[in-house]
Amino acid sequence: MTGTWPLVRLALRRDRILLPAWIIGLSLMVASSVTATRDLYPTRESLTSAAETINATAALVALYGKVYDPTSLGAISLIKLTAFGAAIVGIIFVFIVIRHTRAEEESGRLELIGAGAVGRAAPLTASLIVSMGASVVLGVLTALGLGAAGLAWGGAFAFGLSWALAGIVFSAIAAVAAQAMTSARAAIGVGVAAVGAAYALRAVGDLGDADPGLLSWLSPVGWSQQIRPFAGDRWWIAAVPIVATAVLVPIAYSLRARRDLGSGLVPERGGPALGTIGGVMGLAWRLQRGLFIAWALGSALMGMVLGSVAHTIAGLLNSPEMAKFFEALGGSQGLTTMFLAAEIGILGSLVGAYAIAAASRLRSEETAGHVELLLSTPATRVRWATSHLAFACVGSAIIIVITGSAIGLAHGLAIGDVGGQVPRLFAASAGQVPAALVIAGIVMLLFGVAPRMVVGAWGLLVAFIVLGEFGSLWQLPQWALDVSPFAHSPRLPGGEVDPGQLALLTGVAAVLIAVGLVAWRRRDLRP
Amino acid sequence: MNTASPDLVIDVRGLVKNFGRTQVLKGLDLQVNRGEVHAFLGPNGAGKTTTLRLLLGLLRSDGGSMSVLGLDPWSQAADVHRRLAYVPGDVALWPGLSGGEVIDLLGRLHGGIDQARRTELLERFDLDPTKKARTYSKGNRQKVALVAALATDAELYLLDEPTAGLDPLMEAQFKECVVQLRDAGRSVLLSSHILSEAEVLSDRVSIIRDGAVVETGTLDQLRHLTRTTVSATVARSPEGVEALTGVYAATLTGDRFTAQVDADGVAPLLAALSSAGATSLVSHPPTLEELFLSHYSEPGGAP
Ligand SMILES: Nc1ncnc2c1ncn2[C@@H]1O[C@H](COP(=O)(O)OP(=O)(O)O)[C@@H](O)[C@H]1O
Ligand SMILES: [Mg+2]
Repeated sequence: MTGTWPLVRLALRRDRILLPAWIIGLSLMVASSVTATRDLYPTRESLTSAAETINATAALVALYGKVYDPTSLGAISLIKLTAFGAAIVGIIFVFIVIRHTRAEEESGRLELIGAGAVGRAAPLTASLIVSMGASVVLGVLTALGLGAAGLAWGGAFAFGLSWALAGIVFSAIAAVAAQAMTSARAAIGVGVAAVGAAYALRAVGDLGDADPGLLSWLSPVGWSQQIRPFAGDRWWIAAVPIVATAVLVPIAYSLRARRDLGSGLVPERGGPALGTIGGVMGLAWRLQRGLFIAWALGSALMGMVLGSVAHTIAGLLNSPEMAKFFEALGGSQGLTTMFLAAEIGILGSLVGAYAIAAASRLRSEETAGHVELLLSTPATRVRWATSHLAFACVGSAIIIVITGSAIGLAHGLAIGDVGGQVPRLFAASAGQVPAALVIAGIVMLLFGVAPRMVVGAWGLLVAFIVLGEFGSLWQLPQWALDVSPFAHSPRLPGGEVDPGQLALLTGVAAVLIAVGLVAWRRRDLRP
Repeated sequence: MNTASPDLVIDVRGLVKNFGRTQVLKGLDLQVNRGEVHAFLGPNGAGKTTTLRLLLGLLRSDGGSMSVLGLDPWSQAADVHRRLAYVPGDVALWPGLSGGEVIDLLGRLHGGIDQARRTELLERFDLDPTKKARTYSKGNRQKVALVAALATDAELYLLDEPTAGLDPLMEAQFKECVVQLRDAGRSVLLSSHILSEAEVLSDRVSIIRDGAVVETGTLDQLRHLTRTTVSATVARSPEGVEALTGVYAATLTGDRFTAQVDADGVAPLLAALSSAGATSLVSHPPTLEELFLSHYSEPGGAP
């Protein structure tokens, strides 16, 4: 264990901006959701009917979970942040743990540290201390924010606990992944897949008849949900994630004890003696294909799940009051269409994450020093940059239309109209492509002009998504909402297509990419 | 800008490079003739890697002129790269690619490599091309880059401290390869802080110190700059040698006498030693270490 504290200090120093930004940003988001929801549903009746609408709609339950107390302001205002929020928290802590363990080991920095007075498990211990400590801080700040917003302190701390435990469990899962996999990329893949699986398991569980179904109990996201903050505050549920962590952490340590620095549990296979990679484009495909295939499969799956429940939105018309309300919006047909458009909008903006991940390869290839070797050959800077950019742009477009087609297929199967729904939703999703190109363009611009800021694209994406999800709830002015490229995407199916807006988005993307490429051609290589 | 004479493969004049406020290259001059092995010697941090990156157009210069193979490496990078091969000082490979895949990728980017030569080099350097780059040691990564570069048919080879990670056996193999390149009429710029390497291999040497070339020439030309070391066994203390012009650092330990001597101090010192009853006498020309010391120990020099 020697050398743990210096490593903790080192990790805190490296994360001194990112970590506080995440923690403060998330806790502010929680508190502001409460005040905004209170303004939106001023009476008890409006609150209850909103909650009952959600509970009656399988599609919304799958997406967010159930409101366990329809009369509770806390439960309804945090519905979007309970399961979904726990998943976001999980992804953040997967990144943090792997950043300080496997990624460090891969970069060779731990070898330097390992030669000093540091125990072999010290990096693992240090990263767990940092991530679990940060989880607790996040939980406490969130609880304080909720309390300050005027909610009951019991529920506030129950919600804080649900997030803190999500952070802790996923830190433990990431710690195991970091020891088992040989590359940071693979470890992050396993960690994020675990979050995705946990989110999907609870979606199915929440739809079950039992309250909730068995699958929710297999999901760390489900555990956080089942604490039911502001709807009973079931503290004892906390025992489940704590036991899980107590099982996972020793597994991570025993994996660490049994392997050498740099190796993993999954043994490294050899590769071919002769290469078949034909050039810069072939190399990009080789480096990008894993990410692309994972996203394509994942979004096809997600599309199928969401598409298959879309028609149930009409179920809430059982309540005559709601029926009257939604009649005005175009009847049950119009309601399903609206829901499909919302799903496509959300998934379209999530593909922005793929665009960033794919385009950020530019920067990681530069910092890793691979570009120096490549660009000493006749391959030009622009050709190399466009090879990865092509994946960000074309890959995003393909993933988006796969998502749309999957929604169309599942929805079509459910209502017996595959031939009509697949082309309809394929076309609808295609409308989301230009906004994804803008996201890829932002990365390219940053890469050319301010390469050290490329990681900031993630912050922008989160800001855009938050603006889209919460901006109108917070009653922000229109110009602020318009900052997000997603605000300019057509609301399809059902909405109008404004070719001017699509042309604007495409034009902005083209300008961002062009300026980025020119700047990249003119700047130093900066490892 | 391209006023370089055709037999200079590298012609750098007054090259300046700043990183932020620190000036790393301060008017560097470097000329490499076609067909020579040119050693680029200097301590760590002197600016060797920075110079090579500028010569490749990976960095942009802040002043001075550069021509590589008669072309401007910044604006005509691809044309320059078609005719040269480079081994970085710190070789970073894609962790998921095998060594063989990296060699073939770099080869194809260069327009194809000689398969027979590739096989020969893999054997020579005892490199297993099926291993994933993630599992290679620093030395093996260096070997991958060396095989890729040496299997390329280029006019100019830029090698940045190529032996830093190699064991002595592999270093000997590398030296043979450089000799082959010279025999084939290729030009090589070899950066190093290992002096024995330059001493054995190079036709000419440029010494860089603190961002500027302080000395350039053949080893013979540079040797005259330093003093010959003389050691002798003497019967009695030689009289008044400290006062002789051109004799420095004279010391007597028991019957062992040593001193350093300029060209014009040789004759008087020999006379003094013979009258002191010298029974043995050894003198040797300066090694590159001593040559370095004479530069870096001068007032204002680097530590
Ligand atoms: N990208 C960079 N930014 C700032 N300083 C740098 C950068 N690259 C090199 N330096 C500095 O320039 C100097 C020369 O470095 P380098 O060319 O690598 O020397 P050498 O290869 O001779 O050891 C060093 O002091 C180094 O710290
Ligand atoms: Mg160097």
